[in-house]
Amino acid sequence: MWVLLLIPFIGLLWVPFYNFTEPSLFGFPFFYWYQFAWVPITSFLIWLVYRSRTPDETE
Amino acid sequence: MAQIEWEALSVFVFFFALVTVMGFLAARWKSAGVREHLDEWGLGGRQFGTWITWFLIGGDFYTAYTVIAVPALVYAVGAYGFFALPYTIIVYPFVFAIMPMLWKVAHKNGYVTAADVVHGTYSSRALELAVALTGMVATMPYIALQLIGMGVVIKAMGLSGDWPIIAAFIILALYTYSSGLRAPALIAFVKDTMIYIVVLVAVIVVPYKLGGYGAVFSAANDAFVAKGGQTGIILKPGQLLPFATLALGSALAAFMYPHTLTGVFASKSADTIRKNAILLPAYTLLLGLIALMGYMAHAAKLNLSSPNDAVPMLFQTLFPSWFAGFAFAAIAIGALVPAAVMSIGAANLFTRNVWKSYVNPGITHAGEASVAKVTSLVVKVGALAFILFLPVQFALDLQLLGGLWILQTFPALVFLLFTRWFRAEGLLLGWAVGIGWGSWTAWSNGMKPLASLTLGGESYTFFVGLGALILNIAVAAVATLIVRMVLPKGTATARS
Repeated sequence: MWVLLLIPFIGLLWVPFYNFTEPSLFGFPFFYWYQFAWVPITSFLIWLVYRSRTPDETE
Repeated sequence: MAQIEWEALSVFVFFFALVTVMGFLAARWKSAGVREHLDEWGLGGRQFGTWITWFLIGGDFYTAYTVIAVPALVYAVGAYGFFALPYTIIVYPFVFAIMPMLWKVAHKNGYVTAADVVHGTYSSRALELAVALTGMVATMPYIALQLIGMGVVIKAMGLSGDWPIIAAFIILALYTYSSGLRAPALIAFVKDTMIYIVVLVAVIVVPYKLGGYGAVFSAANDAFVAKGGQTGIILKPGQLLPFATLALGSALAAFMYPHTLTGVFASKSADTIRKNAILLPAYTLLLGLIALMGYMAHAAKLNLSSPNDAVPMLFQTLFPSWFAGFAFAAIAIGALVPAAVMSIGAANLFTRNVWKSYVNPGITHAGEASVAKVTSLVVKVGALAFILFLPVQFALDLQLLGGLWILQTFPALVFLLFTRWFRAEGLLLGWAVGIGWGSWTAWSNGMKPLASLTLGGESYTFFVGLGALILNIAVAAVATLIVRMVLPKGTATARS
């Protein structure tokens, strides 16, 4: 599951993936809404990893 | 702008007075009536739960300077300035994986600072001092920048001269002295709520007045084309690698700073930090929207004397005076929270890793607390002197170098969580080479944070901090290999 944490790095650091203006969404060029979209996606991926891990013994 | 904006100023003064009272009352907030102890003053009693930590780290990582400087950069250079968005996204998987481990080491051994962790692991006074000094030196110009952020909005209300900033900073220094980390933690609730209100109103109202987001982006595009098309609303081919390496390097550096680590160590449990890694990206959405204000300034056809005025001018031009005052108060209070946490982080480093290590090893817990309190005052006066007597550009350049310097403490602080293979001597040499090469390269490029490398006829330009980190790790590994051959047993003690 921990490998999920690497996905945002790939999605955001490989810039040729998203350095375009089209397709735009609500007036936002692709470059912008793609990056904004990664915010909730990243939270969700971290949450998935959080759910799957065994809790600390002493907390 | 010499005209004083009384309406805006009254709203501003009201909120500033409110947080001042809160700052002083914070001393009694969640206090168990414990005796004087650095854990109380410098870490708020190590008891902050998920929500307090969320407001505190959010309030101190996304600083007032960010609210001014990120839109200013986006206004000036377009898409390239947006590296702050991927940076503040990828930082959270990193925080989730690493910071709970670091918290556990600190909690188990009663460590307060990064340098405590390094000394506890490697038993090396030299490496401890290197980490502590890097933290202190990188933090000072960062505090100075908060003052610059505050100065921009005070100037926008028509107040001139240095006295408003001096007054604001004396107030800040006094309540940080008496309340410690509890003051910024409590004020962060007000600051962050105000910033959320301001930004949500702005991102709805401003595009509505300017004809929608499509019009905002096309106005920005026109402005960049008119300037010669060196930059634009998407990246030019030569900007891809600098963009990605700046994002990655900044993300790795972000939680090496004393102020962010203080927020981590002050939390109640490792799980608090994990939950925050899931919840903190909400601030990143906010930051992205704030960054877009740089484009809105183009769409509003503002006539700016400096890109730093983009956000204040936008509010003054498009909003009633009272709301502009509210926005300015949010930004100025936004400077107080990080400035307080930064001075506390630097004071903790000085107390634990310079004073205790070199001046008075037998210091009591109460003694530590009082040394740290006085140090926090000295740090703030130093930052104030910095911007009153030195050119602003100097603070900007040093803050930039600070990011590259703090990144060089990464191997010493993070590798110990995974392996005990590295030796202190190797890590120290790697640190020195990384800082030396990085500073020299940035300096010789006219203080640009970029370095170039030619490989097989192709030239690659990248963030100098990341290059220095790779060099740092390589040197640390080679030096460790040599030290392990010469001194097979070594002097390093097992991780306690």
